[in-house]
Amino acid sequence: MWCRIRSLIVKEFLMLWKDRKSRFVLLVPPIIQLVLFANAATFEVRDVALGVWQEDRAGPATELVRRFTGSGTFRIAAAYDNPRAAEDDIAAQRVKAVLHVGQGFSADIAAGRPARLQLLLDGRRSNSALIIQNYAAAIIERFNLEHIPPGARGAGLEIQTRAWFNANFESRWFILPGLAVLLTMVATLLITALSVARERELGTFDQLLVTPLRPMEILVGKTAPALCVGFVEANVIAAIAVGAYGVPFVGDILLFDAGIVLFVLSAIGIGLVISSIAKTQQQAILGVFLLLSPFTVLSGFTTPIANMPQWCQALTYVNPIRYMIALSRGVFLQDLTWSLAWPMLWPMMVIAAVTLGYATWLFARKLQ
Amino acid sequence: MAGPPPAVIIDGVVKRFGASTALQDVSAAIAPGAITGLVGPDGAGKTTLLRLIAGLLEPDAGSITVLGSDSVTGVARFQRDIGYMPQRSGLYEDLTVGENLRLCADLHELDDETRGERLAALLGFTRLSPFVNRLAGQLSGGMKQKLALATALLARPRLLLLDEPSAGVDPASRRELWRIVREMAGEGVAVIWSTTYLDEAERCDRFLLLQNGRLLASGAPESFTGGLSDRTFLLDLPDSGRHRAQRRAARHPAVADATIQGGSLRLVLRQGAAAPPPQALGAAALRPVRPRFEDAFVSLLQGDATAPDEEPAPGTVVPADGATIVAQDLTCDFGRFRAVDHVSFSVAPGEIFGLLGPNGAGKSTTFRMLCGLLEPTEGSARVAGVDLGRARAAARERIGYMSQRFSLYANLSVRDNLDFFSGVYGLSGSRRARRIAWATESFELGAVIDAEAGGLPLGFKQRLALACALLHEPRVLFLDEPTSGVDPLMRRAFWQRIGSLADQGVTILVTSHFMDEAEYCDRLGIVYAGKLIATGRPDELKRRFGGPGRAEPTLEDAFVALIDAHDDRAGARPS
Repeated sequence: MWCRIRSLIVKEFLMLWKDRKSRFVLLVPPIIQLVLFANAATFEVRDVALGVWQEDRAGPATELVRRFTGSGTFRIAAAYDNPRAAEDDIAAQRVKAVLHVGQGFSADIAAGRPARLQLLLDGRRSNSALIIQNYAAAIIERFNLEHIPPGARGAGLEIQTRAWFNANFESRWFILPGLAVLLTMVATLLITALSVARERELGTFDQLLVTPLRPMEILVGKTAPALCVGFVEANVIAAIAVGAYGVPFVGDILLFDAGIVLFVLSAIGIGLVISSIAKTQQQAILGVFLLLSPFTVLSGFTTPIANMPQWCQALTYVNPIRYMIALSRGVFLQDLTWSLAWPMLWPMMVIAAVTLGYATWLFARKLQ
Repeated sequence: MAGPPPAVIIDGVVKRFGASTALQDVSAAIAPGAITGLVGPDGAGKTTLLRLIAGLLEPDAGSITVLGSDSVTGVARFQRDIGYMPQRSGLYEDLTVGENLRLCADLHELDDETRGERLAALLGFTRLSPFVNRLAGQLSGGMKQKLALATALLARPRLLLLDEPSAGVDPASRRELWRIVREMAGEGVAVIWSTTYLDEAERCDRFLLLQNGRLLASGAPESFTGGLSDRTFLLDLPDSGRHRAQRRAARHPAVADATIQGGSLRLVLRQGAAAPPPQALGAAALRPVRPRFEDAFVSLLQGDATAPDEEPAPGTVVPADGATIVAQDLTCDFGRFRAVDHVSFSVAPGEIFGLLGPNGAGKSTTFRMLCGLLEPTEGSARVAGVDLGRARAAARERIGYMSQRFSLYANLSVRDNLDFFSGVYGLSGSRRARRIAWATESFELGAVIDAEAGGLPLGFKQRLALACALLHEPRVLFLDEPTSGVDPLMRRAFWQRIGSLADQGVTILVTSHFMDEAEYCDRLGIVYAGKLIATGRPDELKRRFGGPGRAEPTLEDAFVALIDAHDDRAGARPS
């Protein structure tokens, strides 16, 4: 039996390696995606084009405007003397925000009255508008602290914010640990889903089925290479994230790898189920991509699961990516302990057992 | 030169795909009002030539003139005058017969009046009228081809290009296709009919014989075979030892070609050689017979080369005890469709048994149940002493399987393929090394051992596939259309090996829709519409059903008679 399985595993590896297309699919797209995501996908907003309509030319007003330009986040792209021009610039997306300092701003400050500022934002891009608003609020907060006499302030509760695990809100720290998981999923699903479908298309699957190989053995033979590739790929991406993009890795690598093994096994199970249903490689690829997009959306990769409606959250419980992304971020940024990781590990075990079991059953039913 | 100008003039055409040359310097003229057979094995360049004529490809050198216009620059002028029927018929399987025809009429922009008249005429002509409302996907293989032919004829083409219209079609439908096309030719249409069946070449008015992209011969079939008329003989063989007799005859210096044909041996003598005394070949007498196209093809291919002279590599002789394959009331339902209906037969050790039938008749389904790829709905199968219903894996250790498409791993080397198959059959240690050495030597794979299997020539692929199926010394060998579409020399070499395996006691089950392949079998089962409608030796079937009084009834004659009798009993022709 071991002789048979070993031959099958050797063959699977040889086929994977000798097929230029599969080699390409495994190596090039993940690296491109990694580079793209690391550089292009960022939640931070920098170099905001700001329009300024300053009606008050006195000291405090000018100082406030200078604070905006001095923050490094904003750059003044235009100055206005009427509201019309400011509106036009926002509509044409020449500026992302307009700061309006009205007449009497400095006078109100001097008199200790509440002074008014207007910040116009482009709501079409709600996400960056929110972030810009936060930046602006921070600048104004600091301005207030220095210009309002201590006596005029309330009884002195002051909020000091500090972000744990990612003090500077680096998006890369957030994105790359998740991306490593996603890319591993894609590679593993494609290898397994295509390997059976390809053999079926070429007619070699029948040839395999008339050999004394049992369903279980075929399954092990198909699982081993995908497990190796998925495992290596996840670790390589993690290494690049740490080495090239400076993402910290403070946790236990063993925990990360244990999670990856379970995660890849559950991905293989899903891939094998797809491939035992698909008749051609085309159907298998369609199946993979049909699954991938809901899997990604429901994984917490970009949007927090806690913000989803209840029924969507329920769906995420069957998604292995959900658990592995949480585990990966935990290990990268937080030094997650094994006991804290347990609630992410066991669901992946269950998913792997169910999908692999179902795939075996599907195979066995076809072979009898 | 009298007579009408040629419909197509092919002048020095060369076509390359990447590094491989599909057609090399082909020149020919196609006459109107005649059927020109484009004959050759798979990969000879037939489809490429048809596509070049249809203007779908451009030649790399040379030119083609179609109905007076250049095939590249004048496509628009002749496009409406040609009917092209590709190999995989371009039917819409989810539309009915009528809808397919109407859609095609729309595409040809036929006006209402002509359309009604053409549709009625073609439906009558092809005898498809009763099936107008049936989905094309639910037609039998033969009817699909007739429908595809009807769509190609819709716009009254002056040139008809047919790419293997009769492949896999039952013999009755094949005759009807010929009848239709013959009638079109009678109306002055130029017809090019491509085929791998060499017997079809004899029915054509003219032929072009292609091999490896070269035009080997052309002209009228009678002139091609004429030179062999006093060199072709049939000799009757004793029941046992036919394969040995065949090998002995093939080695005789006077013999250019020796093939088994049912219970007889067909001999083609070398040019100028005197007939050997029949006793030297183990027979009583030599009967002169009419030479066939294949005889001429083989003697052309062989030239002066000596016949393949291989005494089979020694293998294990399997003890003979009882039948090795027993099918008992095998039945298989796919949903509500009964693909195989109570099929029973048995095969003795060392026997070559053929399941002969058109595509879709149920022979592949029967075959798949016997090698354990499919669970029968009813009935049982025993192979090599093991009940497939109980010990499938144990049975698989005793069978070898070679499918039509040579299911090898194309991007692995020959050595990797041998390693893999020996491994999954559980061979290890010295036995594994010995068997791989045996396969490499006796299938002459040593020279290509490190080459990728996918890039090998067809003959090597076929040998490798057979080697892989035999590594574990199976007692039963399953062959699925092993030699359809290969050139006749390759087919001979293959069957010679199969014959010597049978001599060693290996039981062989073959499926085929190919009459020539069936001739090599000891016994045949004719499969039609899910049923086994007759079994017997090829000669017996020919004599019994081939029509009394016929001089040389062929298997096809017998097959057609059997189908007709079956359909009469069943009331109407099933789909």
